[in-house]
Amino acid sequence: MEENRILEVKNLQLSFQLDVGTNHVIRDISFHLNKGETLAIVGESGSGKSVTTKAILGLIDDNGAVEEGSILFRLNKNGKEEIVDLLHSSKSFMQKNIRGSKIAIIFQDPMTSLDPTMTIGNQIMESMLEHKLVKSKKEAINRTRDLLNLVGIDHPDKRMKQYPHQLSGGMRQRIVIAIALACEPDLLIADEPTTALDVTIQSQILELIKDIQKKTGVAIIFITHDLGVVANVADRVAVMYAGKIVEEGLASEVYYDPRHPYTWGLLSSIPSLDGKEEEILSIPGSPPNLIHPPKGDAFAYRSNYALAIDFEEIPPMFKVSETHFVASWLLHPDAPKVEMPDVLKKRLKQYAHAKEV
Amino acid sequence: MFKYITRRMFWSIVTLFTILILLFLLLQFLPGTPFNDEKLSETSKALLNAKYGLDQPFFSRFGIYMKNILTEFDFGISLSIQRNWMVKNIVLPRLGISIRIGLQALALGTSMGIVLGVLSASKKNTWVDTLATLIAIIGVSIPSYVFALLLSYVFGFRIPIFSIIFNFNDPIKSSILPTIALSMFVMAQVTRFLRTELIEVLGSDYIRLVEAKGVSKFKVIYRHGLRNALISVITILGPLTVTLLTGSLVVEKVYAVPGIGSLLVNGILTNDYNVIVMIAFVYSALYITMNLFVDILYGIIDPRIRVAKGA
Amino acid sequence: MTELKKDLFKRLEPKEYVTQELISNEDPKFFRDAYRRFKKNKGAHIALFMIIGILSLAAFGPLIGGHVYNEVTTQHINLPPRVPFIENLGILNGMRDNVNIYLQKGFNDVYYWFGADGLGRDLWVRVWMGTRISFLVAFVAVLIDVIIGISYGLVSGYFGGKVDMIMQRFVEIISGIPNLVVVILLVLILKPGLQSIIFALMITGWISMSRVVRSQVLKLKELEFVLAARTLGATSFVIILKEILPNIVGQIIVMTMFSIPSAIFYESFLAFVGLGLQPPLASLGVLISTGYQSLLIYPHMVIFPVTVLSLLMLSFNLVADGLRDAFDPKMKGF
Repeated sequence: MEENRILEVKNLQLSFQLDVGTNHVIRDISFHLNKGETLAIVGESGSGKSVTTKAILGLIDDNGAVEEGSILFRLNKNGKEEIVDLLHSSKSFMQKNIRGSKIAIIFQDPMTSLDPTMTIGNQIMESMLEHKLVKSKKEAINRTRDLLNLVGIDHPDKRMKQYPHQLSGGMRQRIVIAIALACEPDLLIADEPTTALDVTIQSQILELIKDIQKKTGVAIIFITHDLGVVANVADRVAVMYAGKIVEEGLASEVYYDPRHPYTWGLLSSIPSLDGKEEEILSIPGSPPNLIHPPKGDAFAYRSNYALAIDFEEIPPMFKVSETHFVASWLLHPDAPKVEMPDVLKKRLKQYAHAKEV
Repeated sequence: MFKYITRRMFWSIVTLFTILILLFLLLQFLPGTPFNDEKLSETSKALLNAKYGLDQPFFSRFGIYMKNILTEFDFGISLSIQRNWMVKNIVLPRLGISIRIGLQALALGTSMGIVLGVLSASKKNTWVDTLATLIAIIGVSIPSYVFALLLSYVFGFRIPIFSIIFNFNDPIKSSILPTIALSMFVMAQVTRFLRTELIEVLGSDYIRLVEAKGVSKFKVIYRHGLRNALISVITILGPLTVTLLTGSLVVEKVYAVPGIGSLLVNGILTNDYNVIVMIAFVYSALYITMNLFVDILYGIIDPRIRVAKGA
Repeated sequence: MTELKKDLFKRLEPKEYVTQELISNEDPKFFRDAYRRFKKNKGAHIALFMIIGILSLAAFGPLIGGHVYNEVTTQHINLPPRVPFIENLGILNGMRDNVNIYLQKGFNDVYYWFGADGLGRDLWVRVWMGTRISFLVAFVAVLIDVIIGISYGLVSGYFGGKVDMIMQRFVEIISGIPNLVVVILLVLILKPGLQSIIFALMITGWISMSRVVRSQVLKLKELEFVLAARTLGATSFVIILKEILPNIVGQIIVMTMFSIPSAIFYESFLAFVGLGLQPPLASLGVLISTGYQSLLIYPHMVIFPVTVLSLLMLSFNLVADGLRDAFDPKMKGF
């Protein structure tokens, strides 16, 4: 694995045995994460993005799960560094060495993420004590106080003794972030951390996450279904559809030079703030049933730009630049030239212009 | 929370009053005159009639009835079990044993139930789970008197380890079989209920987060899962008390335990209505008290109720 | 990359391919899903067959076996069980204390499959007749319970306000009295018998059903589609039935299946404490209660009815459990 990288997913495949058949949730994805950077994984529900995070943490339910490929992680323990394959590590190894201590996660709904019968303080201290990062309860309390300050919670000593139901949604999410940071992890997974929050709180939390990354240098995987949310946060973006990555690149590349029709659709469906829309484009249809995955390019069925070959062969990743890759037959030299919808073109010009100004 | 408790207590008392009224109405419908013992002299009869207001019109009788009960716990005189004894003197001394065995059964059943429930939930769908669930279903399906009979036959008669008849000289050991028989249903219900609750709790978001924190599986189940699930299990303690009351009738009969259960059975056989009425009231009072206790306990244990909202 | 034919890169009209996607996206239906889950539950399956088996025997058992119900044959008092063919295997062969009572008394061609009771009546026939009675009593009681429970819950939930408050207060007070007390008192007043027992069983069971129905009604009352239906002019009764019942059918079925063994138990329990059915009716409970007295000497009189009763209750509970798991919509797995 390259020196700069902290996580590398190689040809990951994941399927579940159900009564009705085999559900191919992840159908061969590969991506990497560099130290200290933020990768956004974007996709609809059912695209496989959340399951990917579970695979990284080793939390897949055993019910007939078939896992292939590898998830390489740079484990830094007591000064020594080694590369481990998370996918093929034992549950015990994952619990003792990885989960909570090196890789942490923030979930979507703060209202249900916290144990109602335990105080805030205890919940934050739990992983510190479990992974023996502190030598005494007193030290744990001090660290907890610092964490609460870091995430912007006032009166930390009072809050530590309170229960989750006494806090608002935004505050609870900050606590969840504090819990995640308790053991100073190298990788933070944020699984739709703002979806369940009010818009004003959303931006606060996003700012907080950005801030924390600046302060601690933690690498972040940011899962979302909303491209608009990650515009300011992501360094790189990977777009997932039906268990595959369809476009991957630097944030600027994916936002200003998107090449995959699905990405076009996602960008077009972000409502514009000035309301001067001619039409709001949405992507017709819904994601496919992965128990009988469609032949070829899964997105072709919902796209206006389908080619005959889309229904026959799965497209490989085509290179647009050193950092920008797209899985679409439209990029094959023999494919007809296709351009993104005018509406989108116009809007992107506006954004680019706004950025320069 | 304080308001909540006061409200519950108020309604409990209302219910008890209603029960007393219903019991009184009941007595009016039951056939047979209360005092037909030839040995009583005319004067005694007259005194008794006066004390219990039996020749008074309806509402005065009712008033006297309520007064007797509320001031002296006086439910009248036994008609056949122990003639001319005051019912309260027959019932109250026997109350202790029944409560003791009942609590023993509750404790035993609940602890076994918790063990089985945790086992079956944490090892869901394995043979451990199937076995534990099967034991639980058997415990629920086979009537308590069958267990009582079985235990009596096997352990009392065939393999005489335990005494099959209750014995005052050896109150602890001779209460073993009745306690076990009575605890079966409790254990079974606690197991099934806890299993369902625990499985649901273990599927919730906060458990996922705890797992993601790298907490050991043991702690996940016991510190987080069980604590949350037990809160709900407390709610079935009320209905369980009813089954204990019901079961006690049979168990006391089979093992000759001198408690109020066997007394009630006797009362039914001999049509001793006053005894029946008093025991009915005692049972109701026990049930209502247990419900109240459960409500208060719930309020204490669940932080969402104990600590008020508002940051 | 292998050479790909140029014409593969032809663009297609969306109409040609959109329909294909719709076909592969079928959602499994609720009942079909539940049925499939139930089929997987082996325990519940065996139990279901057990119930059918027992009820069939209850229906047809007395017709085979050779003796007339209630026929008293004093010479046959207390005979142990003896079944032809099986007796050659060493069990159910009319032996007691190592003596073949039948042969001892000269009854070479007499067979009592479950033995005979204290009055010389055939237990095989009595057990199956008893099963009929126990089951019928339970079934009728539960049926009435369900009807009352659903109606009470519907009315209380739908009308809300003062009506609901009063109805719920009433329920609260009634449930403060343990079922045991109510049942005993009722049967005492009304004199033990078929009707009083059914009445007593029925009085207490409807409460939990009404609670379930009421909470569903309350939940659904506020949902938009009910408001929408109302604005479209549908009358309240129609709304309730059409929208609410399908949602609670699953729960009702499960609760009914659970109530039956409970009723069977209660009836047998009443018999055991002396408040049971009176002769000539003999339910399983009555048989157990009479047989209990000679448990240590003639255990066969208790064993057979107890086994049938326990198996019946066990099977119903297993089936009810299985149904409840089958109807549970929570998805397992990822």
